Amino acid sequence: MRSANPSVPLLATIAIGLTSLAVVMVFFVAPEDVDQGISQRIFYVHVPIALTAYVCFALGAWKALRLLWTRGERYDLESYTAIHQGTIFGALTLLTGSIWAKASWGVWWLWSEDQLVLFLVLFLFYCAYFMLRFSLEPGARRERISAVYALFGVALIPVSFLAIRLAENFIHPTVFTRDGPQMEGSMFAAFCVAWAALLVLAYVMYRVELLGKRTDAHLRLLREALT
Amino acid sequence: MSQEQLVAAAYGVFLAVVLAWIVIIAAKLSRLERETAELAELAQRRRDDG
Repeated sequence: MRSANPSVPLLATIAIGLTSLAVVMVFFVAPEDVDQGISQRIFYVHVPIALTAYVCFALGAWKALRLLWTRGERYDLESYTAIHQGTIFGALTLLTGSIWAKASWGVWWLWSEDQLVLFLVLFLFYCAYFMLRFSLEPGARRERISAVYALFGVALIPVSFLAIRLAENFIHPTVFTRDGPQMEGSMFAAFCVAWAALLVLAYVMYRVELLGKRTDAHLRLLREALT
Repeated sequence: MSQEQLVAAAYGVFLAVVLAWIVIIAAKLSRLERETAELAELAQRRRDDG
């Protein structure tokens, strides 16, 4: 039976195309920011990475909810893989954010900034997911506990996201407001293409990892049956 | 570091992490391939033994 999902090679091709377009738009189409100069270009990689991390964590929580609701075994691996992708993109958010902080504020990190600390808390929360998961024996109990933990984590996402808007100290820039994106049209277009590229890339990585993990699980079963 | 170097570093870090992920996945796929070959051999031997 053919899967309804688009094939991984097709998605990878789309990701390469979007990434190439994003690079062209970021470096050759979008104008240089008047205030931050060239360092503002980091915005086009840092913010999409952060938003993609949120999406991955939310996907992990959704799959966790599906596991708890339907008891479908496949959702455990899907949730775990999504959260793994989220931590990769979370780490990238912290790294690119630190570099942008150095470029803009002259320091790599500011403990006084709630937005930065809350994202770090979110990232560390999901790192602890793996410690919890692998401290338990494989089975239904591990699946349920991991799913509940993943669902708790999703509550941190809006807190982390809103902290950027609620902070009184406006060092971390707020570009997207209720009045819309506070940037030129070409900048916003470059941002949208960059985010689309990262979302597709993250989805390709998710599908490839999931395929590997499922194959691993099937091989383990086969080995048990044959030996 | 200059502003240009920091911008290059930000994009470079992103590229490095994606490439590292590719290397790790490639290593995992190689292991899966070896295991599949071992299991195929095991299944073949069982079939030959009848």
